[in-house]
Amino acid sequence: MKTNKDRAWYLLFTGPALFAFITVVIIPFFIGIYYSFFEWDGIPMNPKVFVGFENYLNIFKDARFGASALITTKFTIITLVTINVIGLAFALLVTAKLKVRNIVRAMFFMPNLIGGLILGYIWKFIFSDAFMIIGEMTGFKGIFFNWLIDPDYSLYAMVAVFTWQMAGYVMIIYIAGIGSIPEEVMEAARVDGANFWQRLRKIVLPLLMPSFTICLFLTISNSFKIYDVNLSLTGGGPNNATEMLAMNIFNEIFGYNNFGYGQSKAIIFFILVAVVTLTQVAMTKKKEVEM
Amino acid sequence: MKKMGSILLSIVVVAIGLAFLSPIYIMLVNSFKNRAELYINTLALPAEFNFKYYAEAMEKMDFLQAFFNSLIITIGSIIFIVIFSSMTAWMLVRTDNKLSQFIFMMFVATMLIPFQTLMMPLMQFMGMIRDVTGIPMLNTYGGLIYMYIGFGVSMAVFLYHGFIKSIPMSLEEAAILDGCTKFGVFWRIVFPMLKPITVTVIILDVIWIWNDYLLPSLVLSDRALRTIPLSTASFFGQFTIQWNLAMAGLTLTIIPVVIFFLSAQKHIIKGVAAGSVK
Repeated sequence: MKTNKDRAWYLLFTGPALFAFITVVIIPFFIGIYYSFFEWDGIPMNPKVFVGFENYLNIFKDARFGASALITTKFTIITLVTINVIGLAFALLVTAKLKVRNIVRAMFFMPNLIGGLILGYIWKFIFSDAFMIIGEMTGFKGIFFNWLIDPDYSLYAMVAVFTWQMAGYVMIIYIAGIGSIPEEVMEAARVDGANFWQRLRKIVLPLLMPSFTICLFLTISNSFKIYDVNLSLTGGGPNNATEMLAMNIFNEIFGYNNFGYGQSKAIIFFILVAVVTLTQVAMTKKKEVEM
Repeated sequence: MKKMGSILLSIVVVAIGLAFLSPIYIMLVNSFKNRAELYINTLALPAEFNFKYYAEAMEKMDFLQAFFNSLIITIGSIIFIVIFSSMTAWMLVRTDNKLSQFIFMMFVATMLIPFQTLMMPLMQFMGMIRDVTGIPMLNTYGGLIYMYIGFGVSMAVFLYHGFIKSIPMSLEEAAILDGCTKFGVFWRIVFPMLKPITVTVIILDVIWIWNDYLLPSLVLSDRALRTIPLSTASFFGQFTIQWNLAMAGLTLTIIPVVIFFLSAQKHIIKGVAAGSVK
């Protein structure tokens, strides 16, 4: 950037995106930090009372937020396993040399295109009414009952729906990873007499580490931030048993009108997401092997 | 023998795929049944294909209006995201200095911020802009599209940035020698070369914006402006007990998604794979 003309071009090209980005993301982010030190009910006429770090200290005494953090962590850990195991299994199935692989790939990916909100509503019918009717018909009432009225089962219902939504997505990433493993390596292993499991454990999985880094990042951050499925499937119930962090924050701000306190939770939420995902990326990156 | 095994495996794999999509089947068959039929056998095919509930759901959801709203908002946002992000990314890559690096890092770092951290201050700030300048940021197509641009550019710049780094500069230099302006160089030479990554950006953003619920629920309060997820949510709040009607409504919302998927399946799968290499 030597001349004024170059500077003008630079501004013309980067200006529009930067302006929108700064006004929508950066400025609200700092306003959010500012609000988190105040007590305020969101009504413009009412005063904002400066309370320092009190909001942040109150978070640690908030049993409902604590329960929410715990249930979100549990949900994230379970879905981390289910989504990736099923997604990888699908990827291995559809990379076998079959004529039907493209159709099946599309079938597995399909739920991902439907939004979380609508998926949640479809499954709400299945877990509540359809399950009950099936249970009465078949007599398997131990499995087929209304999952959404039981605190534990409604969490598993969320796990099932979210796995259904995300498995096809990570499958696509694993397929790309498997596709980049050189055919000679696999052929050499086959010639040496390695069976399917040996090839999987000694070759495929180690070489898939970059895909794992991405998929684990995506599943952890998406599970941790889940909101839509939560809203439409369980609504946080029964008795707030499945109120995830994102929903807890939404309810605190827009439900109970605790704008300042809710915003301090939102800042803590950001820090949690950042710490958890960055730690995971650093850990899995270390395990990636060079070809 | 080997052929037999592969046919057998094919059958098993297709069966798994069908089982995986069984919730869609349950939704579909029950959207045609009357109440009694639905409760007698939830899993069976309907006795007759009765489109009564579709007509009713369509009317109660204001489906055509919602579809139109979703279409305008999705297309409007994506056009601007693509134009602004590709221009920005190209300038950042080709002007390699501290400022460019800083701007790029800012885009990347903020991708971790969850929407919940920004939603309340964003609504406050947009309200302030409206009050001070008179620009209607809330409860309008334009305001919502503007916010989607603000949220969408970081990932799009990131994807374009990675792609542009891999294309050689020689063509652009030749064009500059021929007297082309930067604008001309970008639109005539660079942008057409970005097509694969543009497709990726478009697909990832369609999936995101078309299905997004929380942001439009905060920005749009007018009934007539509702997008498909918003009208589904309000429809569902009213008619949960009438499952046949609810299932017909949900089927309606899925039809455009299925059409999009079938018409661009190859691009979608490629786009998702390319977009995730972070």
